[in-house]
Amino acid sequence: MVTIDFLGPINKDSLQVDIKNLSELSEILKNDEAVSSWLETCAVAVNDTLIRSKNIELNSGDKVSLLPPVCGG
Amino acid sequence: MINAKLQLFDGDLPVEDITNGWYDEFRNSNYGAIITFVGVVRDEDGIDGLSFDIYEPILNSWFDAWQKKAKKSNAIVLMAHSKGDVLNHTSSYIAGVCSPKRRVALELIDEFVEDFKKSAPIWKYDIIDGQRKYAEDRSTKIDGAGILS
Repeated sequence: MVTIDFLGPINKDSLQVDIKNLSELSEILKNDEAVSSWLETCAVAVNDTLIRSKNIELNSGDKVSLLPPVCGG
Repeated sequence: MINAKLQLFDGDLPVEDITNGWYDEFRNSNYGAIITFVGVVRDEDGIDGLSFDIYEPILNSWFDAWQKKAKKSNAIVLMAHSKGDVLNHTSSYIAGVCSPKRRVALELIDEFVEDFKKSAPIWKYDIIDGQRKYAEDRSTKIDGAGILS
């Protein structure tokens, strides 16, 4: 299973999903009303490393984090 | 005395402790320039203060990358930030640079603060009537955002 964490203001509990890549995750989240509107603005990290491509294979135990727009300071 | 290069606190920052700690720690390291930028929460738009969430694993890697970049100029970067609620007229953010030369320090702190604003994984909320409201209109997408859309 892959853990999906929704950070900051998304305000949604983590999910455990059985997926093999980010394209599968994208399809799942597009159908999730609480998350779909965030997808366009969220950055994605796999195991705490930010990534820029959806062509990433995932393995059981991996963690995917969605990071909405930021504003520190 | 506090002297770690990256410090996170619950609530507003103890500014004097942090900046004095850095000064005492680094003034003997032969840096000719020590610059600190202290961000103070302003009373505007009817807010009582700001509130922050931080994702520490990626903040740490972002900060480590900046430390490596600063080292190329024989400089170091420093940072303190609040988690949770910070009321008006108190501080939520301090950035610092220590460098042998002033020009490097002045340029680096500008770049460091600007990159912090658009890249550090920190989320800001206005506190209005005791409720947290995401500061969406002041927030910036992290580079690479949108790959799942």
